[in-house]
Amino acid sequence: MTGLRIEQHPILPIPEREEIQIFWQGQPIRAFVGETISAALFASGIRVFGHHPKDGSPQGIFCANGQCSQCMVLADQKPVKSCMELVQPGMQVEPLNGLPELPKVSQPPKVQPIEEIEVDVLILGGGPAGLSAGSELGKLGIPTLLIDDKHRLGGKLVLQTHRFFGSSSAVYAGTRGIDIATRLENDLRQYPSVQIWLQSTALAVFSDQKVGVLRNGSQYVLVKPKVILVATGAREKFLAFKGNTLPGVYGAGAFQTLVNRDLVRPAENLFIVGGGNVGLIAGYHALQANINVVGLVEALPECGGYKVHKDKLVRMGVPIYTSHTVLSANGQDYVESVTIAQVDEKFQPIPGTEKSFACDSLLIAVGLDPVNEFFIKAKQYGIPVFAGGDAEEIAEASAAMFSGKIKGREIALQLGRKAPPVPAEWYRTGEILKSKPGETFSEHLPEASVGVVPVIHCTQEIPCNPCAALCPNGLIFVDDHDIRKVPEFLGNNYCCQLCEQCVAGCPGLAITLVDYRSNADFPLVSIPYEFTRDSIRQRDSVTVLDTQGNPLGDLEVLSVHQIKRSDRTLIVQVQAPKEYAKKIAGLRIQDQKVTEPLDEYVTELHNDTIICRCERVTVGEIRELIRKGVRDINEIKTVTRAGMGACGSKTCNSLIHRLFREEGITNSEVVDNTKRPLFMEVPIGVFAGESPSEDKST
Amino acid sequence: MTQPTSIPHYDVIILGAGSVGTPSAMYLAEAGYKVLVLDPGASVGQGSNKKAIGGIRATHSDPAKIRLCLRSLEIFSNWEKWYGEDIEWVQNGYMFMAYREREQKILQDLLVTQKSYGLNIDWYDPQQLLDIVPDLNPEGLLGGTFSPEDGSASPLLSAHRFYEHACRAGADFHFHEPVTKMITRSGKIVAVETPTGTYGADVVINAAGAWARPVAQLVGVDVPVNPDSHESAVTEAVADFLKPMIVDIRPMPGSSNYYFYQHRTGQIFFCITPSPNIWGFDTEETSEFLPMVTRRMVEVMPRLKNLRVRRTWRGLYPMTPDGFPIVGWAEEVENFLLAVGMCGQGYMLGPGLGELILRLVQNQLTENDQETLSFLKPTRQFASQELLK
Repeated sequence: MTGLRIEQHPILPIPEREEIQIFWQGQPIRAFVGETISAALFASGIRVFGHHPKDGSPQGIFCANGQCSQCMVLADQKPVKSCMELVQPGMQVEPLNGLPELPKVSQPPKVQPIEEIEVDVLILGGGPAGLSAGSELGKLGIPTLLIDDKHRLGGKLVLQTHRFFGSSSAVYAGTRGIDIATRLENDLRQYPSVQIWLQSTALAVFSDQKVGVLRNGSQYVLVKPKVILVATGAREKFLAFKGNTLPGVYGAGAFQTLVNRDLVRPAENLFIVGGGNVGLIAGYHALQANINVVGLVEALPECGGYKVHKDKLVRMGVPIYTSHTVLSANGQDYVESVTIAQVDEKFQPIPGTEKSFACDSLLIAVGLDPVNEFFIKAKQYGIPVFAGGDAEEIAEASAAMFSGKIKGREIALQLGRKAPPVPAEWYRTGEILKSKPGETFSEHLPEASVGVVPVIHCTQEIPCNPCAALCPNGLIFVDDHDIRKVPEFLGNNYCCQLCEQCVAGCPGLAITLVDYRSNADFPLVSIPYEFTRDSIRQRDSVTVLDTQGNPLGDLEVLSVHQIKRSDRTLIVQVQAPKEYAKKIAGLRIQDQKVTEPLDEYVTELHNDTIICRCERVTVGEIRELIRKGVRDINEIKTVTRAGMGACGSKTCNSLIHRLFREEGITNSEVVDNTKRPLFMEVPIGVFAGESPSEDKST
Repeated sequence: MTQPTSIPHYDVIILGAGSVGTPSAMYLAEAGYKVLVLDPGASVGQGSNKKAIGGIRATHSDPAKIRLCLRSLEIFSNWEKWYGEDIEWVQNGYMFMAYREREQKILQDLLVTQKSYGLNIDWYDPQQLLDIVPDLNPEGLLGGTFSPEDGSASPLLSAHRFYEHACRAGADFHFHEPVTKMITRSGKIVAVETPTGTYGADVVINAAGAWARPVAQLVGVDVPVNPDSHESAVTEAVADFLKPMIVDIRPMPGSSNYYFYQHRTGQIFFCITPSPNIWGFDTEETSEFLPMVTRRMVEVMPRLKNLRVRRTWRGLYPMTPDGFPIVGWAEEVENFLLAVGMCGQGYMLGPGLGELILRLVQNQLTENDQETLSFLKPTRQFASQELLK
């Protein structure tokens, strides 16, 4: 099963890791020191980790984030979340079928008093917003504690292999997310007033104005801050459809974690639900990891994400089905296929339009909600609190970085520190970075067919300007005052020196250069390419496509090269007939066979539509209560247990609200469930103050 | 009788759809009374009922609570048999352990009274306790009492069942309707007002739990009920390993006792009694609870240390000065029935008390009822003290 490890990646370095052996149901499997149990299991093709105590349904990875408990296994007889627990040499891992036995313990643990610390600013979350805010506070020497639940800083940036959009002067646009994370971290670490705790999770904001923190995954600490910044990011929304909890159905965050952090291929054939930036980018990441993307459905008539992201995916050979929805994930123990259908104006499936595709994974990317529970509690308990990034408002990471910077300054002012007021210009930039895609224009190809002609296949107003900074002659213009304007090439066809900086550096891979100088009938076309070097060679035959993904012809690769100062993006040159040379926007990556539907569509029979996956509550149970007149989500919880599970209603709450809307009940009639701590399940011994070194004793 | 004819009229209006009000509504409606339940919450049991952890015992120290809870136990334990509805009942018993002579004496003294009422409870030596609960810390264990017939069920599910039965029998429940005014005429309540309605009634029952005092004050009656704030938590579910409710009555700084048990779902519920009391209506979770209680729990049962805590919350105990409920007609207002001050035991008293309330309204009290009510009289002096609150 070696093929399930990512051993080559166009962007990510593959580290040398020490190999060890662990056991799954008594059988030895390979693992790497420092990886999670779930990564090792996936790498060995094991995707079902156990069965639910209520109905025996197969359980596997869902959040890959320590929040749910669907990936629980028994590791050396101890029930653990396999996405969080690291492998140990010789570890005996068993599936968790039903409820786990609590390990026996003979001696009371030695306990210490719970440490309490005071700090001026507590930042929850070391993603783009938290890191930027931390630096701003660090510059002013303000005592700050930043905590983050992961083993490295950067939040979701560390999973992003693509170049970022946004403003190159304000937020590192044009740089890859993974590298922005490093830059932000390095910047933050130079400030001695900022303390950083990794693998540390906020569990609760209490009414006595203390924040309970699980430090380093093992020690409970109470932090009393003067100000809190909630920079906890977003959580993914989920969808209700038949088979929606089958192993193999997960959110984009989980998928990106498995692929880009754990370096395993959790899927061979992936289908994507949701045409926002998250779904589109995840599709691109899948292709980079050599995973087929069978298709993508979007319920709206247009994808909501950036057009350049969509174009990129389409060009690589991924069919996008707009005005379509997912009907079911099909399979007994694991996703074997997906069934989709076209929807009408009211988003109802149109009978007769059903299609099924063979796939082994289904990625759900249907929007994000702010993780704002700590913000709400802090407000309620009278703690001065700010929210930044997605925790305040869902937008791109570039917007989060800038929002963090603003919040950092605002917090300093709140604390009464001497700091310059926040410039009005910052707020304006912040707003621009948050803006949704604007107008889309039809593509106008340049008329000239002599010299060197840059073709900018970027026709939608989005906040992005790296191309303007890349051209050494300053020939690409993006309005500095509003970087949402589409770029324009200012030169004539003799100005461009074919340095290819713009080709390699455009985050949307949306610029090509057509060089007519040596052969006006068969000009050379430079095309950006972000797959492994081994995947394309000189003299290979490639299908070139226009912006919409229509094939233009099959051509021979003349060269594959990398320009100086370009970060891992390759440039492929082909010689194309002048008739369509300027139309070429990319190369097809994926064999079209994987995208073909099955002969007949599949009706899912094994699995129901689940709303609360922790407690296995079906859509039918909840709909029945709503139709009976229940309007209090607490009452739904009482009767069905929906929301009582490990994840604390993080997944089902938005689904239940959606069901109410579907039943024609307005939000004002619905009483939301009472929100209580904890944010994550933590052992009793930790709260008791068991010393961390002892926690392995049994 | 002069009554406004334009307003809906009920035989009985119950103030509070909680642990006491809901089963009372069920029994009254099933007996043919036209019942209205008013509650400020959004649905049934949203005050303190849902905060209860579900323990049900008859092993108290006074005949009133013993009798009421024996009947409640009968109802809870037979519910599934009678109605085919699951309320997560388990007969898991209660265990009070003694690790010091002080507690040993308290429990053994109490045992004499408890046995005199015919309760199934006995003194168990350490080995006998360990046979029932092998994970107890044996170090220093002197023994304890065990009452195998006590049990537990889900307060949420039970309240909902009572509610459904009450509705089926014709009771009306109006949620989002706090009582704001009660109109009296000649020493009787004639109507109850809420922000959205006015309702006539022959009998009004105060079952407002922690809010019983301000509600009674609407008709100038003072009931000495004060809310005391307790915190609780629930863990993840694990395979069965613990049967009874474990109660440790050693007072420690911050707490006078704490208790925990494994619910039918496999989850452990735990709760602490704060010392000194935390008076008031605050139900927001504090940072003090978890470290305080878990430290005590892992000492008594080390095995708990790896069990993950899932959720924590805070509820109100409607306390009376002597720790006993107040049940009976108010002296000052003729048709105002008090069923208040359950001191944190409203859930286990609820069904037994609901039947008693029906008989009070019907004016068909038995001799036993008379005796029970004599202990719970609203006009008593509140001089004695409940031994195990």
